[in-house]
Amino acid sequence: MAKYQAMKVDPKGFSKDQMKFYVILIPMAIFVALPILFIISHAFKPMNELFAYPPRFFVRTPTFENFRDLVQLASQSGIPFSKYLYNSLIVTGLGVFLSVFVTSLGAYSLSKLKFKGKKLLFEINTLALMFVPIAVTIPRYLTIERLGLIDTFWVLILPLIAMPVGLFLVKQFIDQTPNELIESAKIDGASEMQIFTKIIIPIIAPALATVGILSFQLLWNDVIGPNLFIDDESMRTLAFYFQTLAALATNQAGAGGANMIAGQGIMAAASLIMFVPNIIIFIFLQGKVMNTMAHSGIKS
Amino acid sequence: MNAIRKYSGFNKLIDMLDNVQRKMNHPAWFFTPYVTLFVVFIIIPVIIAAGLSFTYFNTIETPEFVGLSNYIELLTRDEVFMQNVLPNTIRFAFIVGPIGYFLSFILAWMLAQIPHRPRTILAIVLYSPSMTAGIAMTVVWTVLFSGDATGYLNAWMMNFGLITEPVQFLTSPDFLMNIMIVVSLWSSMGVGFLAMLAGILNVDRTLYEAAVMDGMKNRWQEIFYITIPSMKPQMLFGAVMAVVATFQVGAIGVQLSGSNPTPQYAGQLMVNHIEDFGFIRFLMGYASAVSVILLIMIYGISKVTWGLLGERD
Repeated sequence: MAKYQAMKVDPKGFSKDQMKFYVILIPMAIFVALPILFIISHAFKPMNELFAYPPRFFVRTPTFENFRDLVQLASQSGIPFSKYLYNSLIVTGLGVFLSVFVTSLGAYSLSKLKFKGKKLLFEINTLALMFVPIAVTIPRYLTIERLGLIDTFWVLILPLIAMPVGLFLVKQFIDQTPNELIESAKIDGASEMQIFTKIIIPIIAPALATVGILSFQLLWNDVIGPNLFIDDESMRTLAFYFQTLAALATNQAGAGGANMIAGQGIMAAASLIMFVPNIIIFIFLQGKVMNTMAHSGIKS
Repeated sequence: MNAIRKYSGFNKLIDMLDNVQRKMNHPAWFFTPYVTLFVVFIIIPVIIAAGLSFTYFNTIETPEFVGLSNYIELLTRDEVFMQNVLPNTIRFAFIVGPIGYFLSFILAWMLAQIPHRPRTILAIVLYSPSMTAGIAMTVVWTVLFSGDATGYLNAWMMNFGLITEPVQFLTSPDFLMNIMIVVSLWSSMGVGFLAMLAGILNVDRTLYEAAVMDGMKNRWQEIFYITIPSMKPQMLFGAVMAVVATFQVGAIGVQLSGSNPTPQYAGQLMVNHIEDFGFIRFLMGYASAVSVILLIMIYGISKVTWGLLGERD
């Protein structure tokens, strides 16, 4: 038996003893990727391939038919597709910006400023990591109604801004920045807010990117907000529009009608539209996310 | 920033902002926005849920105080809750939670031992399911598991002669729960997985070498005596994320089968029970009691997990 060797973390090149990992990791990755490849493939299938029996996994002659139908279906219901898209972009864009800003401000105060109740606040926030929003949908509705926010744009944004996970990650990240940096800026006469915007923000950019991604996923995919808090169809988002389509498609699933199969192609196109921005953003920012996660631990 | 400063109009604006910023020293400037939103949309709803759970509330009349009767009803007379919802939730959580967590760790551990480029690509692939919107994904699952011969799984199995009749995967109580578990595991490599991967990559490498010198004999010893203790904070974070994710994905049963309640309550989880009573039957007080129990369960399980991971609280 060969002499025992310590594990090699982050090796620089390929070596034979990595084979055993690839043998497990690659099939796992393929298995995980299959449903996603399926959506991509299904979204581009023309009608006759959607109906084909036996069903085929990959598309033969890709077309944009499903995407065209998706857009047309929206205008039939009176709201143009572009309106849903516009709403989604505004809600997500504004929401991500506010979330990153509000979270980083809060995280800085918890990490570097001194005030009463700071420790308690962080403990409550850590407890809130375990918070499951769907569990309190009803009281959330009552609160929002009382605040008069029903049927406003803000209702799609505000409830999702304060993310306990986001505050937690950024705070842990700011903890790593040396206090000397802040002290010397103070000697130069900078205020806390100036220190925050000029010194802290550039340093914590990776953590902010991470919060941005998490918040993007939350806002872009949210269906609870537009479903419960909005009555005005013209203020609803893409995620909501796609959900109503999905409900139609699954309700017909039992009947197994032709509509349902045609609906599959459209739904696959919709799923793809929802998924692509998420994955693109993550691919671009994954290095920053990993950097943030290195500081993510819960210390007691 | 410097590129923007070149335009003189921006210069004025930035000077103005500077002047304002110079006066912002009080901690309240920093924590007020977050705390306000946190209290309004998280703390207050939890308090209201707790309060409503002691009332009868049908959304039209004012809530009427009924003491503990919602809880008593829930624990003694709600047969669906005791016979289906609670066992389902526990079964689902105790399979998906630990397996998902274990999978995340073991995959992260393997990923840490391959070079940067393939690691990044594989990590992105493994993480990608957690970015899919649950509801949009329903289509994939309905097509794959569809109950007639056009369902991919049915078509393949019939093709290989494993079955002769298509199986009603999504509407059959025997299969629904298992499919829910598989689908949830598929998307269980989330934020916790990334945290653990980063954690493993950041363990001080000299520890491993030192341990070999000290006579460590195998990989298991290494994992349990060095890797895990060195990244305990990430392990804890991953655990909390796993517990929360498990209870949050409850909606998939309803999405897969297309009905709430799910067929014979086979895929009914607590989240669905809340929806059923809150938004379908409008028994908000009762639904709130279920919410409170759910939050307490999540809290309890997280605490137990922390205990298991050997952390003093």
